Amino acid sequence: MNKKLIVYTILAFALILVAIFAEHLCPFDPYAQDLALSYNAPSVEHLMGTDAYGRDMFSRIIIGARASILSTLALVAIITIFGTIVGVICGYFGGKLDSIVMRISDFFLAFPGLVFALAVAALLGGGIINAVIALAVISWPKYSRVARSQTLSVKALSFIQAAKLAGDTPVQIILRHILPNILGPILVTSMLDIGTMMMELAGLSFLGLGAQPPIAEWGSMMSNGRSMLQTYPWVVLSPGFAIFISVVIFNLLGDTVRDCLDPK
Amino acid sequence: MDDIIIVNNLSKNFKSRGKSDTLAVKNVSFCLKRGETLGIVGESGSGKSTVAKLITGLLKPSDGEVRIYDNAERLLSQKKALEFYSQIQMVFQNPAESFNPRKTIGYGIGEGLRNRGYSPAATATVVAELLEKVGLEPSIARKYPHQVSVGQCQRAAIARALAVKPKILVCDEATSALDVTVQKQIIELLDELRKSEDLSIIFICHNLALVQSFCDRVLVLYDGEVVEEGEPDRIINNPKAEYTKVLVDSIL
Repeated sequence: MNKKLIVYTILAFALILVAIFAEHLCPFDPYAQDLALSYNAPSVEHLMGTDAYGRDMFSRIIIGARASILSTLALVAIITIFGTIVGVICGYFGGKLDSIVMRISDFFLAFPGLVFALAVAALLGGGIINAVIALAVISWPKYSRVARSQTLSVKALSFIQAAKLAGDTPVQIILRHILPNILGPILVTSMLDIGTMMMELAGLSFLGLGAQPPIAEWGSMMSNGRSMLQTYPWVVLSPGFAIFISVVIFNLLGDTVRDCLDPK
Repeated sequence: MDDIIIVNNLSKNFKSRGKSDTLAVKNVSFCLKRGETLGIVGESGSGKSTVAKLITGLLKPSDGEVRIYDNAERLLSQKKALEFYSQIQMVFQNPAESFNPRKTIGYGIGEGLRNRGYSPAATATVVAELLEKVGLEPSIARKYPHQVSVGQCQRAAIARALAVKPKILVCDEATSALDVTVQKQIIELLDELRKSEDLSIIFICHNLALVQSFCDRVLVLYDGEVVEEGEPDRIINNPKAEYTKVLVDSIL
């Protein structure tokens, strides 16, 4: 077994568990305001200090993991599943449908993603769910491209023809023979995308189009504290550090999974 | 009716965007008699594999028709497809590609049976019988394609083709990817099976010497057209078409 894979998987699961059980792990109520404690420096009691309203930063980082990590995972799951379904159908059946859908995906790929997401998010209004929808709308074409090209190369192999001769329907061929052979590259793409998506989601929140106050989310926490970077740096640095650590862990995991799936 | 396959003026035109169309098969007509082994020879790009795919319905002809047991091939519904593929099956060129790398060999062999309503237990029994028939251990059923040799893989592919008891077997360069000793074993196996299973075979190959020993009749294909047809001995000893002469000369 690959040691790296085990370590990174454990770390990634630890992050996800923190996100799931966030409220049980917070030492303080992350939403309780106490102006007397505002901008306290990190101490033994408040590990990451407190923010403008005297809320414990450490608790807010933990509860923020929910919005940041879980919504990122939901986003990546949505675009992976949708993009794969579209790509496999286009690759397998080809024809006019394929041309039309691929031109649509070209349109999305040619446009700067985050700019488009900004427009969609602005249209839908703020909120973490709307931010996820906005990013999903612009991010699925990458997966449909990967799934389509993989489908085309698998489709040319003779076991697909053998399956036709065995009497498989197109749906059976896709489920039994194509999907199992293309899942590897798709999985790697989505693992490596977790970090990027987390940053884009945080980016939207930073710009005020994602999570809305008082919801704790790392991107919006950085945004709220950005004017205090020189005076009370922990208010900005701790959510930044949380994003950094999570992105690194998910990227390392994605890299390792890729190395495991194709050893060369 | 003695002719079990009748091919009438078959043509296949591959359309490609921007470029001129490729006429891969031009007005090919021939028949396959019951119990006969018909060889189709020709160089790469002569349209042999396209003919095989047209006969087995994997490609739709641009013109002409293929009649099998006097039924013209049409767009097949699922039920019709099961019926059609119980009559005709195919063995492919590259054994390594002819089984799904993510599924066991047994899964591949049993697929046609399961699609025809066999229970898992009945499928396993038939798969074991089939493997024995092609000279393989029943334990091969649990292995994955990369765990067996190409020769074993090709035997398994033949077992898969025979699973649904077809009467016609189309071998598309079935021995071309194998080294000579394995090639000989596969030919011997096919020779045995055509007697025991009452098979009619269309044997596509680029090696005229191999065709001579194995086929009753040979069709020479050049640039999508049939340039010569006849008994293998006659073709080798007294070739008429220009291309056939070149082909005969190239036998080492």
